[in-house]
Amino acid sequence: MVQYEKARLDASFAALSDATRRGVLEQLGRADASITDLAEKFHMTLTGMKKHVSVLEQAGLVTTEKVGRVRTCKLGLRGLDEEAAWIESYRQLWDARFDDLDEVVEELKRKEKLDGRNKRE
Amino acid sequence: MDATRESEPAPMKNRTTVERKSERELVVTRTFDGPARIVFEAWTKPGLLKRWWAPKSTGMSLLSCEVDARVEGRYRFEFGHDAAKPMAFFGRYIEVIPHSRLVWTNEESDDGSVTTVTFEEKDGKTLLIMYELYPSKEALDRAIAGMEGGMPETFEQLDELLVAMGASVGRS
Repeated sequence: MVQYEKARLDASFAALSDATRRGVLEQLGRADASITDLAEKFHMTLTGMKKHVSVLEQAGLVTTEKVGRVRTCKLGLRGLDEEAAWIESYRQLWDARFDDLDEVVEELKRKEKLDGRNKRE
Repeated sequence: MDATRESEPAPMKNRTTVERKSERELVVTRTFDGPARIVFEAWTKPGLLKRWWAPKSTGMSLLSCEVDARVEGRYRFEFGHDAAKPMAFFGRYIEVIPHSRLVWTNEESDDGSVTTVTFEEKDGKTLLIMYELYPSKEALDRAIAGMEGGMPETFEQLDELLVAMGASVGRS
């Protein structure tokens, strides 16, 4: 399961390293679209767009569904939740540390004031 | 006549931000209400580090903290709930510029990051910027995946923190 999660994160960060693919995600955030729509919007060949969409699909960021002759793309359910959650929990850890550090800084400041002069050695 | 609005006690808490700046780089920033020499001191004296590196909210503490904040000097922090099974965080300092810059390596694994902390003082406050540079994109991804990489102990702490936070939220 750990391996699986790692592979998934590798895939999603790789998918996000491309500006077109980030653009596609933004676009799909506003509305579902067919690959043809996306290719037009991003001034790209159908084949080029298909490749981008398949990278996003493998990363679980996008799902596609074929209805008749048209393949419709929409945002994947998972989205970027895991990446965002990791960054947020990492932030919380540092935030908690830094709140404690605030207290240390306050105390050292008071001490310096009491000393009446700045100690520079 | 100027109103002395600034002398009113402002809320103490400043914002901590974290950004993935590139494939190999994470950046954490925070402002502290004190001069750089004081904030720097808190990062380099074991007695002071002990008071904040293991946040109280995690319920953990630094069991030991050795710091030799000189170029090529080593550091070693040991954390834990259980003194019999401490988690170690260790490496060495590769740059030490008093009151302005600290660079250290993290040597628990090959995926360890190099961390640079800079202290920029302005109007008696200090902007702290912490860069973590990983040896490869994969190393940072692994850190994010959380099970190995540069900071396993951090994640264990994090788990505790989340449990602690969940517990306080869940209480009715």
